[in-house]
Amino acid sequence: MEPPLFIYTLRLADTALVLGHRLSEWSGRGPTLEEDIALSNLGLDLIGQARLLYDYAGKIEGKGRDEDALAYWRDDRDYCNLLLVEQPNGDFATTMMRQLIYAAFAHPFHQALARSKDETLAGIGAKAEKEMAYHVRHAGEWVIRLGDGTGESHARAQAALDELVDYAGEMFEVDAIEHALIEVGIAPDPAQLRAAFDATLEHVLREATLRMPTHGRTQSGGRNGVHSEHLSRMLAEMQSLHRAHPGAVW
Amino acid sequence: MPDAARLARARAAAATVCDPEIPVLTLDDLGVIRRVAIAGDGEIEADITPTYSGCPAMAVMALDLQTALAAAGFPKARIRTVLSPAWTTDWMTAQGRAKLLAYGIAPPASRASRRVLFGDDDALACPRCGSDMTVKISEFGSTACKSLWRCKSCLEPFDAFKCI
Repeated sequence: MEPPLFIYTLRLADTALVLGHRLSEWSGRGPTLEEDIALSNLGLDLIGQARLLYDYAGKIEGKGRDEDALAYWRDDRDYCNLLLVEQPNGDFATTMMRQLIYAAFAHPFHQALARSKDETLAGIGAKAEKEMAYHVRHAGEWVIRLGDGTGESHARAQAALDELVDYAGEMFEVDAIEHALIEVGIAPDPAQLRAAFDATLEHVLREATLRMPTHGRTQSGGRNGVHSEHLSRMLAEMQSLHRAHPGAVW
Repeated sequence: MPDAARLARARAAAATVCDPEIPVLTLDDLGVIRRVAIAGDGEIEADITPTYSGCPAMAVMALDLQTALAAAGFPKARIRTVLSPAWTTDWMTAQGRAKLLAYGIAPPASRASRRVLFGDDDALACPRCGSDMTVKISEFGSTACKSLWRCKSCLEPFDAFKCI
């Protein structure tokens, strides 16, 4: 079996890359110039985090795979990102709600990762923590504006929440791989992050006059390569250049 | 050449390299160069640290540094990327902050910000007219490290270096 640290780092990298790529799909299509730039900037943060993580994963694995090999030469079933981040952009409310749910988790997660006993992951966490604070603020302000806006924007924001909240639970699941790393102080324990996550969502949703669904369903499987069809379509586009021109570099 | 002289020469060469996005700043002003030293095999080794995880200028900075060291007589110098401890705007020198201001970019506040949700930003002074009647247009500007502001006194827009 692959070493747990490799799998764990790859999961973090895949999640950051897939969400970064989703945000990049907004480039040139943002509702205003400032928002277009903001979405591209947010995507760039995540793709930057992904590059650092892939680079490290490749070194842990020690088989000579670099960031490009890991990003472009793995199939959908090998991707181990969270299901939340592969969900399509939908309308602007859907993108902002997805961003809020992810950032409300990722911000305290990276704060905790910054204290990891693994020095490289700690360095990545220390940097990402500050970037994710911007993501929470940006998405939080938009969700409030949309939720507490017009009837139309409220309905769309509520529909986005109803749809995406099913994917929040997966962020808090711990399997044997992750458990082993939590035990030795390398991985943060997501149970410890729940209060911060809940507090952020509660604060924003209250201001946004949105209602948290109570059905409590959880969709999961992304970390084991079981994805929605959306990921396959996204990767088909993202990887097409490298698949058509193996070894292409800028 | 003795080691001390080689090292001084390498450090002087490294000190000339500028940020490709904000060319008035050297990598030293920015606090991106962590260390220039002679490695065990006698080659020069320079450690740099990324500002933002996704900063596209990092690759150019590494290449420019490599080129400057090669021109100074160190063609085999190695550039290493160091992630820990993470860069913050606190690493920017006072000289760097003064250069930014003169260039028309509001420098980062002196202490890295910890604000997450809402609350007010400290008002930034306009780098052109000095007025503090300014308003933030967007937290995301022309590069990952800058936000976009407007001065209500002189009516000019300006970039501000984000405080992270």
